[in-house]
Amino acid sequence: MEMPQPNPDVLARKRALVAQLQQVLPPEAVIHDEAETRAYECDALTAYKCPPMLAVLPSTTQQVSDVLRICHAEGVPVVPRGSGTSLAGGALPTADCVILGVARMNEVLEVDYDNRFIRVQTGRTNLSVTGAVEEQDFFYAPDPSSQLACAIAGNIAMNSGGAHCLKYGVTTNNLMGVIMVMMDGSVAEIGGAYLDAGGLDLLGVICGSEGQLGVVTEATLRILRKPEGARPVLMGFDDNEVAGQCVSDIIKSGILPVAIEFMDRLCIRACENFAKAGYPDCEALLIVEVEGSETEIDSQLSKIIEIAKRHNPVELRESQTADESARIWLGRKSAFGAMGQINDYMCLDGTIPVSSLPLVLRRIGELSKEYGLPVGNVFHAGDGNMHPLILFDANTPGDLEKCEAFGADILKLCVDVGGCLTGEHGVGIEKRDLMAHQYAPQDLEAQMALKDVFDPDWLLNPAKVFPLRASAARRIAVE
Amino acid sequence: MRPETEAELAELVAGLNGPVHVVGGGTRGIGGTDPVLTTAGLSGITLYEPGALTLVARTGTPLAEIEAALQTEGQQLAFEPMDHRRLLGTTGEPTIGGVVAANISGPRRIQAGACRDFLMGVRYVDGQGQVIKNGGRVMKNVTGYDLVKLLAGSWGTLGVLSEVSLKVLPMPEVQMSLTVSVDDVRTAVSVMSAALKSPYEVSGAAYDPTNGQALLRLEGFSDSVAYRLDRLREILGGESVESAGSAALWDDLRDVRGFEDLDGDVWRLSVKPGDAPDIAARINADRVLYDWGGGLIWALVPGGTDLPVRLGRFEGHATLVRADARTLEDLGRFHPEDATVEALTRGIRQKFDPRCVFNQGLMR
Repeated sequence: MEMPQPNPDVLARKRALVAQLQQVLPPEAVIHDEAETRAYECDALTAYKCPPMLAVLPSTTQQVSDVLRICHAEGVPVVPRGSGTSLAGGALPTADCVILGVARMNEVLEVDYDNRFIRVQTGRTNLSVTGAVEEQDFFYAPDPSSQLACAIAGNIAMNSGGAHCLKYGVTTNNLMGVIMVMMDGSVAEIGGAYLDAGGLDLLGVICGSEGQLGVVTEATLRILRKPEGARPVLMGFDDNEVAGQCVSDIIKSGILPVAIEFMDRLCIRACENFAKAGYPDCEALLIVEVEGSETEIDSQLSKIIEIAKRHNPVELRESQTADESARIWLGRKSAFGAMGQINDYMCLDGTIPVSSLPLVLRRIGELSKEYGLPVGNVFHAGDGNMHPLILFDANTPGDLEKCEAFGADILKLCVDVGGCLTGEHGVGIEKRDLMAHQYAPQDLEAQMALKDVFDPDWLLNPAKVFPLRASAARRIAVE
Repeated sequence: MRPETEAELAELVAGLNGPVHVVGGGTRGIGGTDPVLTTAGLSGITLYEPGALTLVARTGTPLAEIEAALQTEGQQLAFEPMDHRRLLGTTGEPTIGGVVAANISGPRRIQAGACRDFLMGVRYVDGQGQVIKNGGRVMKNVTGYDLVKLLAGSWGTLGVLSEVSLKVLPMPEVQMSLTVSVDDVRTAVSVMSAALKSPYEVSGAAYDPTNGQALLRLEGFSDSVAYRLDRLREILGGESVESAGSAALWDDLRDVRGFEDLDGDVWRLSVKPGDAPDIAARINADRVLYDWGGGLIWALVPGGTDLPVRLGRFEGHATLVRADARTLEDLGRFHPEDATVEALTRGIRQKFDPRCVFNQGLMR
């Protein structure tokens, strides 16, 4: 993976920069020792590592503003970091950058049940937002699988999703307002505890901008009352295509399940070996969950089961108790861990129109043979967000490169059938160079023009999202 | 100017040598004296996959055509776009492009989301005449910046939309409403808040002071709606309104029918629901209608009233929806922004429409 060469002029001014930063931050919040900066050398895309020049851990919006003002004046690139759980390399440093970590900013600032929002500092983890409102039976809906660790800051940067988006939407649909510090240190307040922007929807474009437009320090998030209950049904099929048709029929019937999860044979077997959830050995498995009162759940599940029966399932298991529900979910929730037991894996994240599922799975199978690497598919079937997991051996020379080429082919396939490169993980460095497959030069230009407005010097997370060649003129012009 | 294809539109925009007034069906009353550029000629649904909850249409497609197509599959636009024609006294055919450009959402916005939340992709022609696409036709898409959201609600000032791709949802089997009599707005807001804090998936919460009724809507399968209505009534009391009656009430609310025969300016305020009583007191309007649990205030005030001055600072924003040309000119249609946001907005406009040809002055 190519990254820009570090700027020797910036590296030469490290000591002076540390001195300036120490004037606005407590001494321990400026990390400049080489042994300690190593802690920030990568995120969850661990194949790529590069220790930053410095890392800073501010505690307030004012401190973030001070840090950015200094870096802006000094022409030093800044890579914002939440909890470092990005699977796309969104928080990967360059050797001449300052990592700006928001982990110390994890306070709940306001909880308002009557108006159904919570205001938090963005270093707070996703799950602990729900934790702060659970006592009143409320929750924060977006639930990425890293929710125990990932920070709201990163969720906003990547517009994170989760398993329950079919009903509740992704981060952008649950974000009401932000306080964002711009690269020059100015502070913008956008949106708040009310709905919809007055002028242009800046909030909409900040969410998902991968830390390239500003550093969001506070967020107002929509909270929802928990449903009375939820229960899944598990169904197995002997054919992927039939499973796909079943999903489509459920959706067409007017039921909106809260989650529809799909697993293929390789994943089913891996999960079964790993978690012993009692999954049937079949080609495709669906887990469909609905919410409501007991009677509402019964009624929806019986409609779903009726539809499933028309597709000759090899297994149909309706959960009756919390225990059975947990067992049904157990396998799915351990899918990544189970695959990790078999080998190293790379997790992809393309989205496809649901109708293309059979074609895409067949083609992935063919590619798997061509590359000689096994792949398992886990998939948010309701919204077409695929998670193919390509197995490889990081210790075998050439395997990573082969895996990446295979992954790129799958993502191009997703685009070619009318989908996209990434449904919830973000572009980062991982899919940066594939952007030209999805977007024409003028489409990318329109996006980069937006960064020109927010960060004219291209100092914030500059080497991400756009193909390096496409952003080169802008990045080099300011060096 | 009425281009029939996206390519014609692009060519036309590239050749402009002065500002144009961009409209869809022209029913949202945005006025303007520049030559009209309408997207009405770009018409037709290009893709509809009910099983994927996906619809793609050219922007000039009449909203009625889209709603009819969805209805045959038992689906709908869940954000419930209002029809402005009666309130504004406009004529013409609302288009899907107009709905998106103005980010028009109705009472269900509070539960299902706004138009922008259902918008998955756009194609548009920018101020230089280039065709740009962003997003796509899938629900989950974080590939690059979300210009889709930026274009929704940009009122044609950043580009002329040529095609939009929308997430659609099943139409509920039935709806019912609960009416609760209340003495004042403070009680109404607390009733609506209690309903919205419940697990019963309230899809509309409005209060009309002229009849002293808070109105709560439930939608879904009939057994489920009946169950939830009973539960809500246990908590809040009130009377139930059956299906057809309920639908008629919400259609009237959505379109603010109560104001249509009354003189005066109409303002639309988005606020924190709990602030609604205080803000309403400050407005001192001739008529008010509350939607979104109090978070949306429709206010009718005497012509020419400078509402922002009357209001002073508050958390939220106000939009002038109906007024004479003079008042619109004096007060502006949209809420003034703070300096940092305003600078960003100006910068974005300069990038998207450097020659300043689209709907000049509309969103100043």
